[in-house]
Amino acid sequence: MFLDFFFKLKNAKIPVSLNEFLNLLNALDNQIISYDVNAFYFLARTCLIKDEKLFDKFDLVFGEYFKSIERIELEDVMSSMDIPDDWIKQMFNRYFTEDEINKIKSQGGIEKLLKTLKQRLKDQKKRHHGGNKWIGTSGTSPFGAYGYNPEGIRMGQDKRRHGKAIKVWDKRIFKDFDNTKEFNNRSFKVALKKLRQWARTGINQELDIEETISDTAKNGVLNIKTKRERENSIKVLLFLDVGGSMDSHIEQVEQLFSAASNVFKNLHYFYFHNCLYEGIWKNNNRRWNERLLTYDVIRTYGKEFKCIFVGDATMSPYEIVIPGGGNEHFNDEPGRIWLERAITQWPSYIWINPVVEKYWEYSESTMIIKDIFQNRMVPLTLEGIDKATKILAQPNFN
Amino acid sequence: MEFTGSKNYISTNDLTIAVNASIALEKPLLVKGEPGTGKTELARQIASSLKLKIIEWSIKSTTKAQQGLYEYDAVSRLRDSQLGEEIKDISKYIKKGKIWESFETTKKSVLLIDEIDKADIEFPNDLLQELDKMEFYIYETGEVVKANHRPIIIITSNNEKELPEAFLRRCFFHYIQFPEINTLRKIVEVHFPDIKKSLLETALKKFFQIREVPGLKKKPSTSEALDWIKLLLVEDLDSKDLKSDGKNILPKLHGALLKNEQDIQLFEQLAFMSRRED
Repeated sequence: MFLDFFFKLKNAKIPVSLNEFLNLLNALDNQIISYDVNAFYFLARTCLIKDEKLFDKFDLVFGEYFKSIERIELEDVMSSMDIPDDWIKQMFNRYFTEDEINKIKSQGGIEKLLKTLKQRLKDQKKRHHGGNKWIGTSGTSPFGAYGYNPEGIRMGQDKRRHGKAIKVWDKRIFKDFDNTKEFNNRSFKVALKKLRQWARTGINQELDIEETISDTAKNGVLNIKTKRERENSIKVLLFLDVGGSMDSHIEQVEQLFSAASNVFKNLHYFYFHNCLYEGIWKNNNRRWNERLLTYDVIRTYGKEFKCIFVGDATMSPYEIVIPGGGNEHFNDEPGRIWLERAITQWPSYIWINPVVEKYWEYSESTMIIKDIFQNRMVPLTLEGIDKATKILAQPNFN
Repeated sequence: MEFTGSKNYISTNDLTIAVNASIALEKPLLVKGEPGTGKTELARQIASSLKLKIIEWSIKSTTKAQQGLYEYDAVSRLRDSQLGEEIKDISKYIKKGKIWESFETTKKSVLLIDEIDKADIEFPNDLLQELDKMEFYIYETGEVVKANHRPIIIITSNNEKELPEAFLRRCFFHYIQFPEINTLRKIVEVHFPDIKKSLLETALKKFFQIREVPGLKKKPSTSEALDWIKLLLVEDLDSKDLKSDGKNILPKLHGALLKNEQDIQLFEQLAFMSRRED
């Protein structure tokens, strides 16, 4: 009963377990709902899906399984057409290369493309697959999903295939919640928790049972002993690269940041661009007005701080090795010297790189930084963070 | 035993099914949703409409799972022994927690575990066995406490922390969506049956307009809508009073809707921009 459905969910990488599926069957046996496909949808969702971020994926699978349920309403598509032009243009520049933009311009430009799309939507009334004119899947028409056409508009496709279409049109209610992540924030927090160092600090507040018992036994009267509360004493400095090539890693870094600020009470963070120089800032909107001197930061935070750099380390090698190489301003001293100053001050350091590890060797600057950091560079993945916590947890040598 | 909403609480179809499934199969129901969509209220309404006792356990960042079961008061025991009393019965130093309380009732009860995401990240894992089997063991006395009647358990979460997989698998799940205009109209009518039609419609329209402005830090939700409409009624305002003139894009008494300085600034900027266009 509904086994196909279960496997379809599994195939769509929705985490459903056998137990949950049995729950659903059990609920059906109990006649919580009558024979009504809507009610079944709600019941299946409440039994099987435990995260609103997955509702959207579930909707798709459910829609496919019960073919009668339309995936996209024509009106929805039409109403989504009224989006500001400059917004589309922005997407346009982001997804297309120079060449492709010129090619599209030669064929009438984006306005014409959208106009044609509106026209075709009006003409077409059915779902479509293959072919080269109608909107559907796997074709070469400029409109549709899972196909290829450099001037195409992607419609209702859940993954980037060639990374080239403009916008997914599907309008499903829970779409906003669906963010397929490499790792979720929870597993991240659990990984970072390994870094906790327990120490007793602050005032005497906790009852020290052992001391109380032994003291009471010694003196014959109850003598309550207290001790200081156990706290996570780890101190962390986080240096985050922002802007430029880091834009494509924003989501991952945000997750790391939110997990870190959740786990470490004593966390200080600073921003830099590409490489560490004489100035860093705490508020990215006011980066030019509220600059902190890196010297001051190095003087302020003691050796006990764990120092974490997060950045893609992708830049021109000059930005690291020669004075004046920085790409935003003229730096009197090369970035390399500043990086070395930082890791000398905080001997427990690591560089976390959001770029996939196998690409590191193709970037000269990454190799230089990895060298400065004495190979202490890890990718921004769960294993990487795990490795990082192990390195940072080692006692300092000096 | 079936929940269908109550005269004070409008339950949508999907919510009703989720609640009834969790009652019938005796599994906890995890409820998430925007703040102010009535997650906590749901448990209270289930209890009152099914005429059951409700036991509320509000979770704080310092709450431990153990506290829901029982707490052993070692200090009073030590003090008593100091005063020379002979201690025969250890169980008098054991204080019952909320979960125990809900296991003990003579009738079925509703147990609300409110804002479970406030607690430590491992908190839900510590309750797996107890929620699954509805029993636990007291180490100090060697006693096993088993539920007389498996309580209806409603767990709310505000998504501040992700909950562990193992825990989720044992629950039913429902996400309370922000109501659409028709449901919200019903909700308002349930709370303020005497409201004038014209005022209600204008207020709802205004409310959804505000909600749809992109970039709001905290979108006003059901509870804010109710507060605002209540204020409108108290001030005895008319639908005409809600019309926005060019200068002021926000309706009167918007303080009940927007509780964030940046959000109000956002509207001021919008008003400024629209004036410039005129």
